[in-house]
Amino acid sequence: MNVRSQVSMVFHLDKCIGCHTCSIACKNIWTDRRGTEYMWWNNVETKPGTGFPTAWEDQEKYNGGWEVEDGKLQLKSTSKAKTVFNIYHNPSMPTMDDYYEPWTYDYQHLFNAPEGPDQPTAKPISMVTGELINIEAGPNWDDDLGGSPIYAENDPNLASLSPEQRAQLSAVERLVLFYFPRICNHCLNPSCVASCPSGALYKRGEDGIVLVDQKRCRGWRMCVAACPYKKMFYNWNTGKSEKCILCFPRLETGQAPACFHSCVGRIRYLGVLLYDADRIEEVASLPKEKLIEGQRSLILDPNDPEVVAAARQSDVHDSVVDAAQRSPVYQFVKTWKIALPPHLEFRTMPMLFYVPPMSPVMSSQENGTISHVSDNLFHDIDESRIPMKFLASLFGAGDESFVRYALRKQKAVRWYRRAMTVGDVDMPTAERMLREADCSPDEAEAIYRLTALCTFDERFVIPPMHREEAIQMMEDPLTHKQDVGFGFMSGPHRGM
Amino acid sequence: MPITFMQQFHFVVLPYLVMLIFFLGTIFRYRKAPYTYSSLSSQFLENERHFWGLVPFHYGIVTVLAGHVVAFLLPRQILAWNSQPLRLYILEITALVAGLLAIVGLVGSIVRRLTFSKVRTVTNTFDWIVLSLLLFQLLSGVYVAVFHPWGSAWFSAAISPYLWSLVRFNPDLNYIAMLPIGVKVHIIMAYVIIGIAPFTRLVHILVVPNPYLWRRPQVVRWYRAPKEVA
Ligand code: SF4
Repeated sequence: MNVRSQVSMVFHLDKCIGCHTCSIACKNIWTDRRGTEYMWWNNVETKPGTGFPTAWEDQEKYNGGWEVEDGKLQLKSTSKAKTVFNIYHNPSMPTMDDYYEPWTYDYQHLFNAPEGPDQPTAKPISMVTGELINIEAGPNWDDDLGGSPIYAENDPNLASLSPEQRAQLSAVERLVLFYFPRICNHCLNPSCVASCPSGALYKRGEDGIVLVDQKRCRGWRMCVAACPYKKMFYNWNTGKSEKCILCFPRLETGQAPACFHSCVGRIRYLGVLLYDADRIEEVASLPKEKLIEGQRSLILDPNDPEVVAAARQSDVHDSVVDAAQRSPVYQFVKTWKIALPPHLEFRTMPMLFYVPPMSPVMSSQENGTISHVSDNLFHDIDESRIPMKFLASLFGAGDESFVRYALRKQKAVRWYRRAMTVGDVDMPTAERMLREADCSPDEAEAIYRLTALCTFDERFVIPPMHREEAIQMMEDPLTHKQDVGFGFMSGPHRGM
Repeated sequence: MPITFMQQFHFVVLPYLVMLIFFLGTIFRYRKAPYTYSSLSSQFLENERHFWGLVPFHYGIVTVLAGHVVAFLLPRQILAWNSQPLRLYILEITALVAGLLAIVGLVGSIVRRLTFSKVRTVTNTFDWIVLSLLLFQLLSGVYVAVFHPWGSAWFSAAISPYLWSLVRFNPDLNYIAMLPIGVKVHIIMAYVIIGIAPFTRLVHILVVPNPYLWRRPQVVRWYRAPKEVA
């Protein structure tokens, strides 16, 4: 057993209100430079919808992730031989048109326009060329189902639905949507790392954060094509790839990443998972229907004395093991099994898990009442507006049973709490639901607390990163704070 | 014919000078600014013409350059190969086609850079200089190939010994003194391009996917050295 630790994440989709605060927090800190305007390391998509870049989930188009061929795990976009052959032109490279051309407005014109009969307007200008442009797409072009017959229709997850199910999704007055915030998944088997001809991409051994070494990156763009989540971005101005860094400078100083910290819905959880690094390849090559169980089996129980001993053997610091034992992510993923990885069939072993959204399911009830004595108290889950198939395509590697399990448990917890606090459901029914949902009253209480009452420290259990010496070796990050800001290692040019 | 001062300058001083600049410049840049050691790809901004420009250009120019290097390293083998006319024709036609391919690709790239405003934005003055020099060099190369046949023969017989005399620090200009002006211009331009390479995007030629071809798929970096796990 080769125990490693991974800073992992859970996003509770039932709580996301789609406010985009997370995206803005990230953009303001990391991607406000030339060449990065179009990048959204954190973005929030509306589902059903095509997302960012358009239809990123469609790997027939983008060739991201891994596939198993003759029992061997291989990148879909490239191989070593193909990389040499295609080094001058990357055939699976998305272009700016797949994202959008960033723009601003000619605000000066509002001040400089000559006097005339009409109010002057600020026309949109491209942030790439500075020329006037026609805005044809934006980072959230189909937000809240905007223009859904044109955009949401093309959601790749709809492919598995029957025409009736599709019609049901968009029926007038029964229209349904949920939000899907995305950052880099900091995968265990990252295809971006595997594809990099320069070896510039790497996973940090101690915490599993995936980073690009900007000095080694030669701009070959293989990672942009290889990442199935399209969370590798090409900076067209510097010719380097960039990605979400999980705010490692914040983590190293004990703070939650900016998008986590600012999240209004408090949907985000962060904590350590211990896993067995020796089994990654074996698990990533499993048949599709075994992937979810396989990934769960990779994640080790931090309270198991054997695992703790093995962690020590593998040089995982005791304080990290301690953090793993208190990890909210472990609870959601392993103990309760209600958080699921996105598109695990891409086989990168993402370490960001989603609690599938519940609310729209509940609201599918006609007339607002449910028969408390129904033999099957969960029947409405399968008749929900968001077809189970759709959620399974996103979070179950195509298998509905995992999503159904997570939703049933969530619903049972709600009813249990309702029986306790509102009293319009009788306790025996609630307890029967819990039993049927494989959940004990204690577990229900714990899920309720971590979902609804969670404090900052319960949501973010950040392990000590033990980088103090690294910080001391660097120059003082406050040196140039007065003139250019925190962390700058050289002064401003031209006395700015 | 006596060797003039200009000849001394162009064919003795210049090559040594540019080689010095090339080695010092590339090493210095690699040490000082490793961040800049690549070509600024514009494929993200325009994808289709990129293929029709970059692919023929690179495959063409790599073939042509490889030909020059082989003729430099193995002149006798080339001459032996050429002893049968058919084999000579095959070699010459391959080289000519590769050269034309490179020209087509380069012209395509230049037109692309001129027409797409987004791509123009990421093109600087040095890029234009490099593109012009390359175009001139490719045109002069094809001119020489067409009007002074058979290049593969006289390169091996004259240019290769001349270059070797430079390598041995015993420059002998007699080999090339009588060459036509077109060939001489081609040689001088080659030196100029080598000389400016360290200051342009041409440094990307020196970057190879190492150790990608033989490394394991995943790369992990440790802040502290990991303990060996049994
Ligand atoms: S800040 Fe939180 S609630 Fe708001 S969109 Fe982002 S993830 Fe959702």
